[in-house]
Amino acid sequence: MAYMHIGKDFVPQDVPGKVTGRIKYSEDYARDGMVYARLLTSPIPHARVVNIDASAALAMEGVFGILTADDVYPDGEPDGTGLKILTNEPTLVGEPILALAAVDEKTAETALEAIIVTFERLPFVMDPVDSLAPGGPDAYTGGNTFVFREGFKSEKWTADQVAAFRAGSEPTAEPQQQFAYGELEAAFASSAYIYEGSFATAGYPHHSMEPRSAFAYWENGKLYLHGTSQSLTALAADMAGIVGVPIEDLVFINEATGGGFGQRARAGSIPSMAIPAKLSQKINRPVMMRVTREEEFTIGGARQGFQGWIKCGFKADGVMAAADMWILSDNGGKGGGGDAFSAADCISILYQAEAMRFRGTSIGSNTAHRGAQRGPGQNQIAPIIAPILDKAAAELGLDRLAIRMLNMPKNGDVGGPQRQPLTSAYMPEALNMGATMFNYPERITRSRQRKGSKVTGIGVGEGYHNAGRSGMDGIVRLMPDGRLAVHNGVGNLGTYSYASTSRAAAEVLQMPWERVDVISGRTDRHLPITSPQDGSNSIFTNTRTNWGAAQDLLVKMKEIAAMDLGGTPADYSVGDERIFKTADTTSGMTFAEIGQRGLQLGGKFTGEAEVPEDLNDFTKLSVSRLAGSALMGIFHDPRHNNNPPGFTATFIEIELDTETGKFDIIELVTIGECGTVVHPQGLKNQLVGGAVWGIGLSALEQHLYDPQNGLPASTGYWQSKVPTILDTPSKIQTGWVDLPDPENPVGARGIGEPSMGAVSAALTAAISDALDGHVFNAAPITADMILNHLAGITTDAVPLAQNNYRG
Amino acid sequence: MNPKLTRRRFIKGVIASGAAATSTTIWYAANGADRPAGSVERLIRINVNGQVRSVDVAPQETLASTLRYKLGLTGTKLGCNRGECGACTVLVDSVPTYACSVLTHSMKNGLIETVEGLESPNGDLHPVQQAFVDELSPQCGYCTPGQIMAAVGLLRANPNPTREQARQGLAGNICRCGSYDSYLDGVMRAAQIG
Repeated sequence: MAYMHIGKDFVPQDVPGKVTGRIKYSEDYARDGMVYARLLTSPIPHARVVNIDASAALAMEGVFGILTADDVYPDGEPDGTGLKILTNEPTLVGEPILALAAVDEKTAETALEAIIVTFERLPFVMDPVDSLAPGGPDAYTGGNTFVFREGFKSEKWTADQVAAFRAGSEPTAEPQQQFAYGELEAAFASSAYIYEGSFATAGYPHHSMEPRSAFAYWENGKLYLHGTSQSLTALAADMAGIVGVPIEDLVFINEATGGGFGQRARAGSIPSMAIPAKLSQKINRPVMMRVTREEEFTIGGARQGFQGWIKCGFKADGVMAAADMWILSDNGGKGGGGDAFSAADCISILYQAEAMRFRGTSIGSNTAHRGAQRGPGQNQIAPIIAPILDKAAAELGLDRLAIRMLNMPKNGDVGGPQRQPLTSAYMPEALNMGATMFNYPERITRSRQRKGSKVTGIGVGEGYHNAGRSGMDGIVRLMPDGRLAVHNGVGNLGTYSYASTSRAAAEVLQMPWERVDVISGRTDRHLPITSPQDGSNSIFTNTRTNWGAAQDLLVKMKEIAAMDLGGTPADYSVGDERIFKTADTTSGMTFAEIGQRGLQLGGKFTGEAEVPEDLNDFTKLSVSRLAGSALMGIFHDPRHNNNPPGFTATFIEIELDTETGKFDIIELVTIGECGTVVHPQGLKNQLVGGAVWGIGLSALEQHLYDPQNGLPASTGYWQSKVPTILDTPSKIQTGWVDLPDPENPVGARGIGEPSMGAVSAALTAAISDALDGHVFNAAPITADMILNHLAGITTDAVPLAQNNYRG
Repeated sequence: MNPKLTRRRFIKGVIASGAAATSTTIWYAANGADRPAGSVERLIRINVNGQVRSVDVAPQETLASTLRYKLGLTGTKLGCNRGECGACTVLVDSVPTYACSVLTHSMKNGLIETVEGLESPNGDLHPVQQAFVDELSPQCGYCTPGQIMAAVGLLRANPNPTREQARQGLAGNICRCGSYDSYLDGVMRAAQIG
């Protein structure tokens, strides 16, 4: 289909601000009378605050007040795990205990030094397996896990069970969570090759470039909160509840967010923004809370680490007959996410395992809080499964691309525990395109070739993530000057989807892009609710809402035209900023004229009557505030059917130096399969960005904690090994399939998360290939691990260790 | 050498630095708070974007703090405030410099350039800025001013770099979004524009 906007590059309106430094992030704002908050954080990994003596600090000149957990939770802290604004029972080093406001940060720091906090030390643990051992410490006061509707529990395994798990055997303990489909035992019995072994993936911090600084003030009973988010309206709606202010009295301001990656999607994962809000309310002054990199390590959260066991059976023809997984997830100090379930779901979809069982348990550790991080679960399992697939191919005499082509998802396939159909799946096209761009037939012949100390490794990888939601709302307005205003609650976190999804509305009205205003950045611009922008869903979700809102506007425009010019609405078309009779293009009205006429008519045309009843409450509020201002299109998106996937396929050639354990990426080709392409440059950015993250997952990033004192040792970029430009290839080749998905009006699906998994899978496979097919069963694979393997040292690493040095 | 001993030493080193960073010591010192008793801010002149600016500066105040919090030049970002990420990169005498890691008092004779000073007086973007727009190099944008200043410094020293030279030239600037490929595309386009 030929589109006016979809599939074409454009300059999103915030880009000039990003290259000139004019765009403002939360810390860039200032206001007369602004004071500064600094945090007193826990120096120990698990404790109870017995007493806070802030008398000396409060007596200091220039100190305006403090905020404690007792202030923000007067009825007691919420029960259960989960992040709190402030706490009297820290479960990790760095967790905020109190905040102090002063005339400047120096005074605040000096005053914090004068506060005497008396802690009662409590047991702590760095590794979930240590907590499961008989008599092992529990990360939380009530236990080491929190079960929904049941509360805290202390789960323990027998010493034999722990020892067997550490030794690589299948866990025999009862899991907290499980699913299964198919005849598992029969499937294994039919397998010609069975792989079985333990594995571990590391947790590591988000480390977004922008720390989670926030700035707040109150004016005429309204809270103005400058913060960060991935999704402006989804986060604001919940943040109002966390602060304890009616949503109509919160103005959330967030023009730009310095990186999302999952932990800025929901208010519950960033409650620290409530600190300046509450403090400002208490002392009646604007409060700026600048967050340091070290604080960001704690506040920003981390990926869940896995300690697991996997068994895969392949038939003689290479079909994955059975997959059986047991995953112990590290829930960190504040509870975690559902990564393990998602990992198993991914195996089911991406490799179409005929029979499958998943079992999983989540246990806490007194380390960084865990939550969604770019492909949570799907991406941790990607580097684990890829070398296993290659091993099966080798054992069965199959080509490594061929075994993937044999098991890949295709149109009409189902997946996951519910055996849910995919909305569409063009993985054959993606793998074929990647193989062609990579010149796979020629490059695979270089596999394991040696040149001095260097050996070539070839890897193929696939990535998957669910990539679309629905049930959200859209608002567009045709202004009296004929311009189109698209109100968009999508956050500006660097994907440009706030702008690219708005182009769906412009497409409906055939509106030149320069005549479109994307309204976003702050909630008092009256935005519709959107989904929390985790899960690569924005492109799918918000092209649906904006398309729908524009369609509603178009219906109203045609009705007005028919009313004034005669005929029926069906007689009219739009183009060149006019609405006209299809049979007589000279008879029509300009968009400006129709906008003015709509405003004159009012009622349903301007949102003053017949507003859709099923709108979300947040959107209803925005519509009520916009009512009567312009001709308006309003839309509540119904639920879509089935599972819209995002897929990627990646091919990598590396040269691994057996003397240093390091490698260079010689060629990296990565292909996106995300339905119709909406914004090619934005898609390319997601693909290359995901590639960099995949390199980090496979080879670099991991938490390091001091097991004796529970101190984090990877609070900075260098220590946590965030990839630099020198860790990545000089050029990343990208491509995309660009075939439409039937559940989206423009055919689009998301891509941000799978772009990482495929690269991680391919890179790990390439490392394995360069080492004669050795399976490390770990992510990351560090240079030390490679050197140890080459030196025949296998006992030096601790295969299942979490939050510690493993190489 | 016994590899275990090597690792232990390494871990101890990492932990030592991490523990220090966990406290507020580094931030505090970098912002001029941990100064000797009796020391005060002093009025100095620094040349920023071609203008001589008079500003009161504490003895241990970093250039990043001065630019952001006293001169209002918030285009210079603080990502780490510890010399790791490059978000605060400015040019000092055309050399890319981490503004979080130099003291403002040491800048009295230097010509400082920030991202705000790159546009021409008539509002035209600098070729590097324009190229970054054309290539859609930024993602979240927080590291972008630092990437731009590093690129401008590189192209002044080497107007026609190879892609590998450009890669080395941007090696001091982290982009957590992973937009390195697009930044390199931007630098190479800017080199063509001249």
